[in-house]
Amino acid sequence: MSGSLTVRVRRHVVDAELVVPLKGPPVTALFGPSGAGKTTLLRCVAGLERPDPGSVVVFGDELWSGDDRHVPARSRRVGLLFQDHALFPHLDVDANVAYGLRGVPRSLRGERVAEALATAGAGHLAGRRVRELSGGEAQRVALARALAPRPRLLLLDEPLSALDTPTRSRLRVDLREVLLRSGAPTLLVSHDRTEVLALADRVAVVVGGRVLQVGEPAEVFGRPADAAVARVVGVETAAPGVVRSRGDGVLGVEVGSGACRLTAVEVLGETAVGPGDQVLVCIRAEDVALELPGRAGPSSPRNHLPGTVTAVAVDGPLVRVDVDCGFPLAAYITRPAREELGLVPGSAVVASVKSPAVHLVPHPQ
Amino acid sequence: MDWQAVAVSAQLALVTTLILLVLAVPLAGWLAFSRRRWTVAAEAVVALPLVLPPTVLGYYLLVAMGARSPVGRWWQELTGSTLAFSFSGLLVASVLSSLPFAVQPLLAAYGGVDGRLLEASAVLGRGWWGTLGRVALPLSRAGLATAAVLTFAHTVGEFGVVLMVGGNIPGVTRTASISVYDSVQAFDQVAAGRTSLLLLGFSLVVLTLTYTLQRRGGPGWARP
Repeated sequence: MSGSLTVRVRRHVVDAELVVPLKGPPVTALFGPSGAGKTTLLRCVAGLERPDPGSVVVFGDELWSGDDRHVPARSRRVGLLFQDHALFPHLDVDANVAYGLRGVPRSLRGERVAEALATAGAGHLAGRRVRELSGGEAQRVALARALAPRPRLLLLDEPLSALDTPTRSRLRVDLREVLLRSGAPTLLVSHDRTEVLALADRVAVVVGGRVLQVGEPAEVFGRPADAAVARVVGVETAAPGVVRSRGDGVLGVEVGSGACRLTAVEVLGETAVGPGDQVLVCIRAEDVALELPGRAGPSSPRNHLPGTVTAVAVDGPLVRVDVDCGFPLAAYITRPAREELGLVPGSAVVASVKSPAVHLVPHPQ
Repeated sequence: MDWQAVAVSAQLALVTTLILLVLAVPLAGWLAFSRRRWTVAAEAVVALPLVLPPTVLGYYLLVAMGARSPVGRWWQELTGSTLAFSFSGLLVASVLSSLPFAVQPLLAAYGGVDGRLLEASAVLGRGWWGTLGRVALPLSRAGLATAAVLTFAHTVGEFGVVLMVGGNIPGVTRTASISVYDSVQAFDQVAAGRTSLLLLGFSLVVLTLTYTLQRRGGPGWARP
């Protein structure tokens, strides 16, 4: 299919099929547990590994890898960000970024280096020695190096995992902005749920070498296709929202179409979000309580969301109830509770969520 | 002291070192970075002069350079003189017998280069030679220096192969090490002693230099 990256790869444990549109929202995450084959998939796309017979990697109209064809990595014009950055230790920051600019006339290289460093938010690092860079700085320089040749496709291998926690949460938002600025379609590999929610427009869940589900984060996290995906994603609700207010350590968030307001607790030490920031609102189904409307007296949970039950499904000892309260919200309740409340699709309910159970992941559009 | 022989030795060692560095940089790169099965066999062939008696290597070279071999005939037609018992023939023999001393240090140094740096270079559009020249070699400078020093020193110290292939022609193929042997044969203990002392001092300096280089920055160049 033209206009998309089509990957059908068999290699070691991997037997995966993935189609990624090259137009539209740029960032696709391969998400799954360690050892699921995500990195192998990425390396096959980069041309660093040769997949087994029967595999193909097609970029737009170009066959990159097939039974009798293997375009070498150097000809694919992809940018790859290695997990530990892999900066050339014998070159300074500028020479690292200029490394991929061989086809660019010498007189223009300086400009392109400066441009790439600026895009990656590393303009102030020009001329520095690689050995003197901190983890976060090395990350920005490596990103600039990957972006400088204006790649047709950007590949990120666990982009934030080599960083310490405070740096990581700070860089998550920045990285998302850099990716949007660069405009290059991006495929990233991650086993960190928060990272995926913060960075990706699209998630492909990879388990045991197979791609089990592809979709928008809210959809994949909210409606896992099967139990294997559900186990991996672990969060049932992830809805886009905007922070509207802040006070007393509590944030007011507008969710979905705007009809619904939630409160969340400002978490210290994590990335600070403030009014106006776009976020993904993540709520685990076991943190959601359901009650019938009209009965609510004063109670400690701050969020009472009236809605309509859209689906009821028995899942082991629990019942998963999907509620539409302006955005899709999932709740796990026990079977006796469900019988007592008499919940069926169409029932009116009020969902209660304690503010600390509402997790906000910054996610600029 | 036989200064003429010392000059021949120095000249031979210098030219051999230059030729071998040009050859060994890509050859070691191929052995280090190619994953084919027969690179193991190639590695064994390259290391052969380390274990082969120099007289055996010299014998085969002599046969190969003789008028009855195609190589020997081709050389004679080209230049009008025999390859054996000439400086050129000696040079060929030195290059072959010192090959492992140039290849092994580079091989070890390349082996210490982080593979991801090579992959990064490939993804950024560089081919094999570009990656070798811009990443692998700059990160293997200590290995390259060690290779140069060891090759030079080994060529100066070579005796068996030189005697077999070069003969003992003063000013052409008589090297310092052969001159010591000659002096002893002629009961000239003073000349033998002087030349030996020179070679001893030289060897000590060379080895000290090599170990200094290796300690200062081996293959494990500081990484960020």
